[in-house]
Amino acid sequence: MSAPTELFAAAASHTSTGEAFQFWVLGTVAVIGALCTILMKKAVHSALCLAGTMIILAVFYLANGAYFLGVVQIVVYTGAIMMLFLFVVMLVGVTAADSLKETIKGQRWWAAACGLGFGVLLIAGIGNASLKSFNGLGQANANGNVEGLATLIFTKYVFAFEITGALLITSAVGAMVLTHRERTERAKTQREMSEERVRGKHLPPLPAPGVYARHNAVDIAGLLPDGTPSELTVNQTLRARGQIRDVSSEALADLKALEQRSEERLGRDEEAVK
Amino acid sequence: MNPVNYLYLAALLFTIGAAGVLIRRNAIVVFMCVELMLNACNLAFVCFSRLHGNLDGQVIAFFTMVVAAAEVVVGLAIIVSLFRSRHSASVDDASLMKL
Repeated sequence: MSAPTELFAAAASHTSTGEAFQFWVLGTVAVIGALCTILMKKAVHSALCLAGTMIILAVFYLANGAYFLGVVQIVVYTGAIMMLFLFVVMLVGVTAADSLKETIKGQRWWAAACGLGFGVLLIAGIGNASLKSFNGLGQANANGNVEGLATLIFTKYVFAFEITGALLITSAVGAMVLTHRERTERAKTQREMSEERVRGKHLPPLPAPGVYARHNAVDIAGLLPDGTPSELTVNQTLRARGQIRDVSSEALADLKALEQRSEERLGRDEEAVK
Repeated sequence: MNPVNYLYLAALLFTIGAAGVLIRRNAIVVFMCVELMLNACNLAFVCFSRLHGNLDGQVIAFFTMVVAAAEVVVGLAIIVSLFRSRHSASVDDASLMKL
């Protein structure tokens, strides 16, 4: 091994101070963003925190010499995928917060304990691996990162590349099939709609509810001149549900009671006068 | 600083994502946590690429991104159609098989 390569390997196993500073600052922010993603109550906030974490990961890709992937990360992940997420969040309802009621007892704590144990295992595994010397990408990126990736993709991995093309087409068709809604009946023409509108007995609007009754709430039938309630004045849905409040008899009874009381009083007054 | 720290960060992000999948019950947030796990794997791949000094790791990360994009498209379509039929995006509400 020649001296310059040895020197290069030694240099590659330690990053520059600038990169270390960037790692500690942005890494902290990335972890906070990830924690916020799983702890925020609303899905929109989760999505925004995840977008921030993804942008920081893009910076880390750039720092690791993956220039193409860094740009693709911003364009594809934060640009396309996270915006798709936001679109779906808006479709499904922004205000729909997660229910905090536990359906399985102690699930949250068990899940947190499992995550903690898994993380300890994973990090201990990395700590035990002998990852002392980093080769660095200086040689691999010598002819340009994009050119190097293109050489690999179109020679060694060309078959996988073709299959991902098929996968993308399949997923696009699948998404269209899944979100497509079949029309179950023929669309009505304008002529049919206008004919339907004048088919009934009432060309003018139906009479309003509560006419001549004592209240004008929508579930109170209006009274005909002879004091009987008219079913027509109440909404069809309320009629079907049987939610009509019929006050005409109450009103008549009230009126009768009032007349009786006034008669009694008048009679008493007459007696007093006598 | 040793670049191995990138691997530790990737492990940490993966763990947070896995815990989120277990804890959260909104299907969209669960999906976001899966995305976080995929991104952590990508970071590990990129770091391994630097460790070995060749670009194979970056190619694998690139393929992961393509697969993640396809997965997101289909998964979000499923969530939207589920929401249409159930008016809820909670994974607990889909319990037709439960006694």
